[in-house]
Amino acid sequence: MQTLIDNFFNLEIVVAAWPILLQGFGMTLLLCAVVVPVGLAGGLVVALLSGARSRCLRWIMVGYVDFFRAFPPLVLLIFIYFGFPFAGIDIPEFAAVVLAFLLNSSSYYGEIFRAGIESIGRAQIDAARSTGLTAGQTMRHVILPQAIRNVLPDLIGNTLEVVKLTSIASVVALQELLYMARQAQSVTYNASPIVVAALMYLVLLWPLVRLLSRLEHKTLAGR
Amino acid sequence: MQLTDTTGSAATTADPGTPADTGRPILDVAALHKSYGALKVLRGIDLAVWPREMVFLIGPSGSGKSTLLRCLNRLEEPSSGSIVVDGIDIMAPGTDLNRVRQRIGMVFQSFNLYPHMTALGNVTLALRKVQGRRRADAEDLGRAVLGRVGLSDKADAYPHALSGGQQQRVAIARALALEPRVMLFDEPTSALDPELVGSVLQVMRNMRESGMTMVVVSHEFGFARAAADRVLFLDTGRVVEQGPPEQIFDAPQEARTRDFVRRITQH
Repeated sequence: MQTLIDNFFNLEIVVAAWPILLQGFGMTLLLCAVVVPVGLAGGLVVALLSGARSRCLRWIMVGYVDFFRAFPPLVLLIFIYFGFPFAGIDIPEFAAVVLAFLLNSSSYYGEIFRAGIESIGRAQIDAARSTGLTAGQTMRHVILPQAIRNVLPDLIGNTLEVVKLTSIASVVALQELLYMARQAQSVTYNASPIVVAALMYLVLLWPLVRLLSRLEHKTLAGR
Repeated sequence: MQLTDTTGSAATTADPGTPADTGRPILDVAALHKSYGALKVLRGIDLAVWPREMVFLIGPSGSGKSTLLRCLNRLEEPSSGSIVVDGIDIMAPGTDLNRVRQRIGMVFQSFNLYPHMTALGNVTLALRKVQGRRRADAEDLGRAVLGRVGLSDKADAYPHALSGGQQQRVAIARALALEPRVMLFDEPTSALDPELVGSVLQVMRNMRESGMTMVVVSHEFGFARAAADRVLFLDTGRVVEQGPPEQIFDAPQEARTRDFVRRITQH
């Protein structure tokens, strides 16, 4: 029992590692605050382009979405960070992570937005256009608000995955939570910092998980 | 009979800008064709609708009456033909379609209200975004129009909290708020429970009395008989016969009209 506590819940080590864990947690928060909005915005653009009138553009978007959904995000990040310099492009860690997440999550968010937009029938477009709204105004004021409401659980679910996935930034030495916990763990020869990091992820994600459950129950009840 | 003659429609096209007067039709359709691939839905429709006129389009399903209505504001793209609304050729390449559409109100079978907005929100959206009115201004106007359809007390209600008849009246108010020159009704009462039909027809009757020009696709033959100035019978994409309701319903001249009217009135 004592061995368990010493190795996983060692208070002394937790106190010593606390400042750098907190610093890592801050970086993870910052990373989420950037990659989630960037992914959502990218996804919206992907969805809008996927519904474009030009067949050529639609095919390009199908290719984009298929490609990046099939591309393992860890491989993508490593390729960008360690591969780009071979082409003479040096890219800072943070930018590499944001780019990898933009490419990966915009294809997932894009498919969710597209499903939402397609769930809104032709009738709403007819009504809006018959009053003189442009296609863009119709999308913004009539289609998207309803579309987003219809796929809100999927958007939140995907956001959960994106937040969890930010831990892959540790492989390019970005000083986020997992990276800092691994540092503390290797310096102290103790797993307690990893446990604390896990708890911090839990604190970050639990409200989202709760919200998702509530929305899913509401959606089911509404059907 | 008020069939379009081509010289008349050429004259109206050549004379833009002046406000409509009784001397020219509000809606002037000539040689309108619409095909979906090989399927010809409209095969040369000529129709002039005059100010304050209420015109009913009737016909069997697939006769093209709804398609015709939807071509009149180019929700459906006509394959060929000309459509002049209030002196504006809406088929001309340079026409600002979104501006013209404010002059052509449209009411749909299934109401098509925006479910995420209140009744007032539904009525004011185009006032604000298309006409660029301030919110307060648009809301004053919106409340006034909701009052005209008997829904002053429902301004803040969401569509799901309204009955079908109330929803359809909100939809009418949404179109009316833009002060259209002509209103198109696509089977406005077909989705309503029988006891709710009356309230919508009453609103249409009031609009007629206040001088609105209307084109109505409907199976409410009792209402058509009482309120229509003219009834057009369409079949297989053509106007088979037109005339005052007494003629179409009581003394149709064409065999196809007779068959259709007999089948309908037998129910």
